[in-house]
Amino acid sequence: MPLIEAHALRKSFGSTVALDGIDLQVAEGRILGLIGPNGAGKTTALNAILGLTSYQGDLRVLGRDPWSDRAQLMHDVAFIADVAVLPRWIRVSQLLDFVGGVHPRFDRAKAERFLTKTTIAKHSRVRELSKGMVAQLHLAVVMAIDARLLVLDEPTLGLDILYRKQFYDSLLNDYFDRSRTIVVTTHQVEEIQDVLTDLMFLDRGRIVLSCSMEEFESRYAELLVRPEQLDAARGLGPIYERSVLGRTTLVFQGVDREHLASLGDIRTPSVADVFVAVMSQQPRTAQGVPQ
Amino acid sequence: MSSTPDAVSQASVSPGVASPAALAPTRAFYWSVRRELWEYRSIYWAPLIATAVFFSGFLIYLAMLPRHMREMPALIPPQARALQALLHPYEVVEGLLMVVGMFVGVIYCLDALNGERRDRSILFWKSLPVSDLTTVFAKASIPLVVLPALVVGLSVVTHFVMLVLSSLVLAGSGLPVAPLWSEVSFVHNSFGLFYHLLTIHVLWHAPIYCWFLLISAWARRAAYLWAFLPPIAIGVLEKMIFNTAHFANFVMYRLAGGTEAMSMGPASSALLGGHLTPLRFLGTPGLWLGLLFAAGCLFAAAQLRRYRDPM
Repeated sequence: MPLIEAHALRKSFGSTVALDGIDLQVAEGRILGLIGPNGAGKTTALNAILGLTSYQGDLRVLGRDPWSDRAQLMHDVAFIADVAVLPRWIRVSQLLDFVGGVHPRFDRAKAERFLTKTTIAKHSRVRELSKGMVAQLHLAVVMAIDARLLVLDEPTLGLDILYRKQFYDSLLNDYFDRSRTIVVTTHQVEEIQDVLTDLMFLDRGRIVLSCSMEEFESRYAELLVRPEQLDAARGLGPIYERSVLGRTTLVFQGVDREHLASLGDIRTPSVADVFVAVMSQQPRTAQGVPQ
Repeated sequence: MSSTPDAVSQASVSPGVASPAALAPTRAFYWSVRRELWEYRSIYWAPLIATAVFFSGFLIYLAMLPRHMREMPALIPPQARALQALLHPYEVVEGLLMVVGMFVGVIYCLDALNGERRDRSILFWKSLPVSDLTTVFAKASIPLVVLPALVVGLSVVTHFVMLVLSSLVLAGSGLPVAPLWSEVSFVHNSFGLFYHLLTIHVLWHAPIYCWFLLISAWARRAAYLWAFLPPIAIGVLEKMIFNTAHFANFVMYRLAGGTEAMSMGPASSALLGGHLTPLRFLGTPGLWLGLLFAAGCLFAAAQLRRYRDPM
């Protein structure tokens, strides 16, 4: 049975539709990246999964209805809603005491092991830590919870590249195994490309792409085209074109790789390029939908 | 996931408890109260500081005791004069602590469910397996259990220390100590204080605190204004339009009512004398209506925290 199962999931704020009938299935052991522009409905989808917001349609998370069963669900689900939601007045030691007190699946020794790898002192208050250290602290707490599902909503927003890299490294090396499932949203698409097993693009409350990374790699190809072959390559219907320093890169969807190889060098495109390509195919209307 | 690691981790957390669901409610409540004390340190600092200020005043008063005694009418024998002078500050400390307790309670309630949304930490609290009702009950227990217990505890301890110091002063002046202890009647007075806190500050005032908690859960900002301006506006409008004061009387009844809990003798004060009448108090409809209203407020506050979109 899938860990998360949504059917025709809808949510609107007044006349603004945040989620427009989404179908979603996430199986155990997957790392799903939810990617979309601001206002695409990513956070709304995560909030629905976490029982933080109401919705229409069917949604089961670990077999439960998150809206009516949030407190129980949180025994098996951990989440980081954003950087900097840890209370600023709390001391690191108090945070560990509290989570250890209320969460039967929290392994305090494990959290302390993660913290010894950082420069975070146990007696510090959160307000005394840098933004990157707060993210490290939150991750240490969350990784020490033996949860089946971990939800991360922009967990590295505003952090510098060193902290971002470290964040995903520890997540993969110290936390993830085949029995855990992670759903993550981020704007830093390139950084998590190698982390993901599944990919989903959202735009204005709809799913515009949903595939595993294996499918992604076989479906999309990037061609660094030789100048003399440019017209021939364009004839094959690229979904995206970009020129840097006189060399043109084309992204193709579902075009035979052997055929492309005769026109230049092919490789797997970055998720970011495909994202831009797919989004530019979407009919755009006025922006400004709240996230 | 296999069930074995779960069983092991649960057993190590709390042996003898079968499931996490069974151990959650009381533990979650206990830790939720502790986190309120971590966050709002004024809950215990304000009464402690008030006690310290009072106590230094008392020490100065003791030092000036001979002068106070001289100022009393000479007809009264020295023993009675000393006694009267020593009894004087006893009611001051409990009165002071009660006012401080109520003040801290009101300020706390108005921030308790508002601050966590303002600083977005509610997103962290909600990521843990603690129900909204548990959280709201833990917050309500601060003005209804923790603060009154602190007021009683600090008053009783202060009284005892004062009695001991006063006894030393009396003995030092060669006066008998026993009349002081019988006049203050430490045990009886402590129980009377406990009774007063329980009936008035907890049971009778519960709807005020719970109403403020509800305001705190409901208001997006300026919870203090929402708490105080509408009642004032209603009172003023009523006075202007109907020239009546029913609403003001209603509010005053809640603030100063509950007098059914004690019957006053002509010479007795509220705290040191008074005859306890718990049955008459329990027979007051206003008590039960108030408690019903308080329960409704807490339930509504929990629903708001639960079902409103977090930000």
